[in-house]
Amino acid sequence: MDKFETLTGIAAPMPLVNIDTDMIIPKQFLKTIKRSGLGVNLFDEMRFDRQGNEIADFVLNKPQYREAEILIAGDNFGCGSSREHAPWAIKDFGIRCVVAPSYADIFYNNCFKNGILPIVLPQEQVDVLMKDAEKGSNARMSVDLEAQTITTSDGETFSFEVDSFKKHCLMNGLDDIGLTMEKVDSVKAFEAKASAERPWV
Amino acid sequence: MSPKTLYDKIWDAHVAHEAEDGTCLLYIDRHLVHEVTSPQAFEGLRMAGRSVHAPDKTIAVPDHNVPTTLDRANATTMTEDSRIQVEALDKNAKEFGLHYYPVSDVRQGIVHIVGPEQGWTLPGMTVVCGDSHTATHGAFGSLAHGIGTSEVEHVLATQTLIQKKSLNMKVEITGKLKPGVTAKDITMSVIGETGTAGGTGYVIEYCGEAIRDLSMEGRMTVCNMAIEGGARAGLIAPDETTYEYCMGRPHAPKGAAWEAALAYWKTLFTDEGAHFDKVITLKGEDIAPSVTWGTSPEDVLPITALVPSPTEYEGGKVEAVQRSLDYMGLTAGEPLTGIEIDTVFIGSCTNGRIEDLRAAAEILKGKKVKEGLRAMIVPGSGLVRAQAEEEGLADIFKDAGFEWRLAGCSMCLAMNPDQLAEGERCASTSNRNFEGRQGYKGRTHLVSPGMAAAAAITGKLTDVREMM
Repeated sequence: MDKFETLTGIAAPMPLVNIDTDMIIPKQFLKTIKRSGLGVNLFDEMRFDRQGNEIADFVLNKPQYREAEILIAGDNFGCGSSREHAPWAIKDFGIRCVVAPSYADIFYNNCFKNGILPIVLPQEQVDVLMKDAEKGSNARMSVDLEAQTITTSDGETFSFEVDSFKKHCLMNGLDDIGLTMEKVDSVKAFEAKASAERPWV
Repeated sequence: MSPKTLYDKIWDAHVAHEAEDGTCLLYIDRHLVHEVTSPQAFEGLRMAGRSVHAPDKTIAVPDHNVPTTLDRANATTMTEDSRIQVEALDKNAKEFGLHYYPVSDVRQGIVHIVGPEQGWTLPGMTVVCGDSHTATHGAFGSLAHGIGTSEVEHVLATQTLIQKKSLNMKVEITGKLKPGVTAKDITMSVIGETGTAGGTGYVIEYCGEAIRDLSMEGRMTVCNMAIEGGARAGLIAPDETTYEYCMGRPHAPKGAAWEAALAYWKTLFTDEGAHFDKVITLKGEDIAPSVTWGTSPEDVLPITALVPSPTEYEGGKVEAVQRSLDYMGLTAGEPLTGIEIDTVFIGSCTNGRIEDLRAAAEILKGKKVKEGLRAMIVPGSGLVRAQAEEEGLADIFKDAGFEWRLAGCSMCLAMNPDQLAEGERCASTSNRNFEGRQGYKGRTHLVSPGMAAAAAITGKLTDVREMM
């Protein structure tokens, strides 16, 4: 997994609440057996018409946001399906960080498995970042995971919380299957105890 | 010992390792797998030279993009990319030695219907699947939730998940439901109350007389949509209804093992005085047959209500409601009853069980689908289909003018050819009314099976109570 330490980039504003995973990556793109190549279909039905032409007023089609690496969004981002195709598409497009007042649980977890940092901030602070993002490509924001801060183009800095284990894995690009396998003795001991107590399982 | 909730008890019984910061390895008793979210996970295992840790606890079934037409054995009814996904599951199930129900097996169906039906899902278990509607299995008093593909790979490799404990939330539905009101109306009304993010960070325990009175099928419908309320999982303490459902199922314990299991299951309840971080109470008698009008499951109202106006909302929801109304082609202030529909879909892991088909048949008996309307019933599994045929329900559906399909997820997420056309409006027993969910620019109104059947007859959203 790619490491995430710091990021300075363009932020795209998407001030919609309940942006669901069907919007992020519609189901017709879930038929792949790969993790890569989904970026071209990110937000497909909002981004393209049925003939495949770009819809000019969609934020990621605007010239100033085509290279966005940060997304600022409304409440409950990533709700709906568990499809990891959603963070795969976001990452493949080039977005490494999302900022929203809240996320759906499964989407939030999926981000960390893919080198994406989902930042949670109170609505008033998201509003400030949204305004900053609306300035376009000259307004670059900076994220520092170690310091747990995000800074607007005007230098205003907000601190965010992140789980220490998730932060550690993201900063070091760790594969958590490998980490769990180091605890195989605990798992085996648990299995022995559980199969004695609940043999029908 | 301090009093525990049901969730606390199941959690504590499955912690295989706990780090100092509270990060746990939660042991997984049952891992359900389908064709859409698993190929990358199996490929990951292969690349790393890893095996499946507990193939005997891993159950696979293709459901999301299998065709549901009667000619599906003919390979040309499936698109090339769908066929590749199903074949990948065939191959992975065989290579890694999983329990498998292929398309050709009469027991095939939607993974969340097959698991309970075959007795894989039992009280007190931890159950995961790369699908958000895994919450369904919580109806048995098991801790069940959806995971992403990386986590699917993690469970395949280690039979554990890295987790931190969620908070406890109680949703109590007191008293009795009125006639025409179902489990679907309960679960939609709860989301209407809490919002789609109201459950975020929580595991919900549903309780109260109206929940106790539900069959297992109804309880599965309630828990199924816990995820639409944002909760990690929803669960219901097991009782006689649960034990009766489980008894005799192919993979349920038998004889002495059954007795031992039963003794354990009887300890699975929330202790008197246990702490809940959030409590929601609804009166059963206040719940009405419900319908969604917008593009989020929280956009729900009683069928007797009017389409709301954005001015009734605050913050980011104002713009979202306007966007929903534009998308849905509705005007604030128009009555929900009377909205004309083009399609009716009865099925899905929310409402594709035998009880749901019985409820639909009750309304459809001796009636005809409105001329020009497309109506389909997609049973949740091959066994549900067989039972419905045996009970004569299939004849009622066919006589009424419904298409009687083979089992699968079908138009719930429209990954197979069962889709809405642009602008088409559907009364659907599924679980999500998101933009494009049932087809590009398709318009979805979520309802109970009885409400869907009533809409099929009149051709418009209808109060099922008028048809009873």
